[in-house]
Amino acid sequence: MDFKDYYTIMGVKRDASQDEIKRAYRKLARKYHPDVSKEADAEIRFKEVGEAYEVLKDPEKRTAYDQLGANWKAGQDFNPPPDWNAGFEFNGGGFTGGNASDYSDFFESLFGQGFANAQTGYQQPGYHAHGNDHHAKVLIDLEDAYRGASRSITLQAPEVDNNGHVVTKQRTLNVKIPKGVKQGQRIRLSGQGSPGMGQGQAGDLYLEIEFKPHSLYKVEGHDVYLDLPITPWEAALGATVKVPTPDGPVDLKIAKGTTSGRKLRLKARGIPGKPAGDLYVVAKITLPPADNDAATELYKKMEQELAYNPRSQMGV
Amino acid sequence: MKQTTLNGLLLDEHTELSLNDLCRACSTSAEWIIELVDEGVLEPVVYQQTQWRFSANSLQKAQTAMRLQRDLGINLAGIALALDLLDEIETLQRRLNRIELNDEY
Repeated sequence: MDFKDYYTIMGVKRDASQDEIKRAYRKLARKYHPDVSKEADAEIRFKEVGEAYEVLKDPEKRTAYDQLGANWKAGQDFNPPPDWNAGFEFNGGGFTGGNASDYSDFFESLFGQGFANAQTGYQQPGYHAHGNDHHAKVLIDLEDAYRGASRSITLQAPEVDNNGHVVTKQRTLNVKIPKGVKQGQRIRLSGQGSPGMGQGQAGDLYLEIEFKPHSLYKVEGHDVYLDLPITPWEAALGATVKVPTPDGPVDLKIAKGTTSGRKLRLKARGIPGKPAGDLYVVAKITLPPADNDAATELYKKMEQELAYNPRSQMGV
Repeated sequence: MKQTTLNGLLLDEHTELSLNDLCRACSTSAEWIIELVDEGVLEPVVYQQTQWRFSANSLQKAQTAMRLQRDLGINLAGIALALDLLDEIETLQRRLNRIELNDEY
């Protein structure tokens, strides 16, 4: 198990006052809150900071933690001394709302016992409660959103077995992905969360839709964007070209004099729905390389005969 | 083993949830949801005395509001402001992505 340096995580000195610790926590919590932060590892950092604060804000836990000494380095292999917390009394409770099951093994080994007792305290007979809701992401292809699909997903959830041990249980669900789903939307599966307590109903499972990155298309809401390479003569003279869409290829008319970056809208060929999204084809003019004599000749001929200067308006 | 395919409820703007659905999904009280409505964070689509209905988009908003209050200790006015600003950032980010997409030429 790795040692965790809670002071470094919080960015405070070991002799920081409780007020300083609180201020540091508030600042970091705002910075890394997963709903606010755009940083990739925000969720991990947020949990880490929450765990550090859980210990340092509580004078009892902080004193106990400080007993381990200042010589430990973060990440160093750590086992608590056998009697390290003898003489300390934890009254449990007082935990911040953060989900305690997210805390590290390191936290668990130091404060786990008192914590477990505090947790089970409220399970009196006759107590009924809804089971917890679960949340998971499901990765789908853009094409699935056009046609609908059935996806098999495997979920892992910690469960307490009959002996009171926490075990990771795996289950596989087959879920229907309805036509017209969008990035970030959620599907609720009633009763697929944790079982309820007593006669409480089971919780629900929420699946968040996430599109796999696509090599051709970019998705924004229900609109889909496609970069379409075209030749200079198609752009200059106009042409009808075959264009892929998630729904199968279509013929698209390129107007005479199309410029690079021009957006062509294919109405209702985005993600289906009411209303359906649009497919935007963005023209991208590509140049054939002048890598042989014939091509070089053609470019030279254009240079001589077209008398084209795209910088004529620039005064140079 | 043959498995049945589960049919979930897609929570899009066409799906309506009752006040009760929202409370349950956020594990919170009706009072708290009503406060969010009073603050203008949530807007019921059907607005009758005993029969509030919310668009399913409200669920995500209510859950974010819940986490902001729990984790950062923000009050309701602050939550309303934060959610508005987050929406605005998302809109701007989308526009920026689109502009950058066009800039590649």
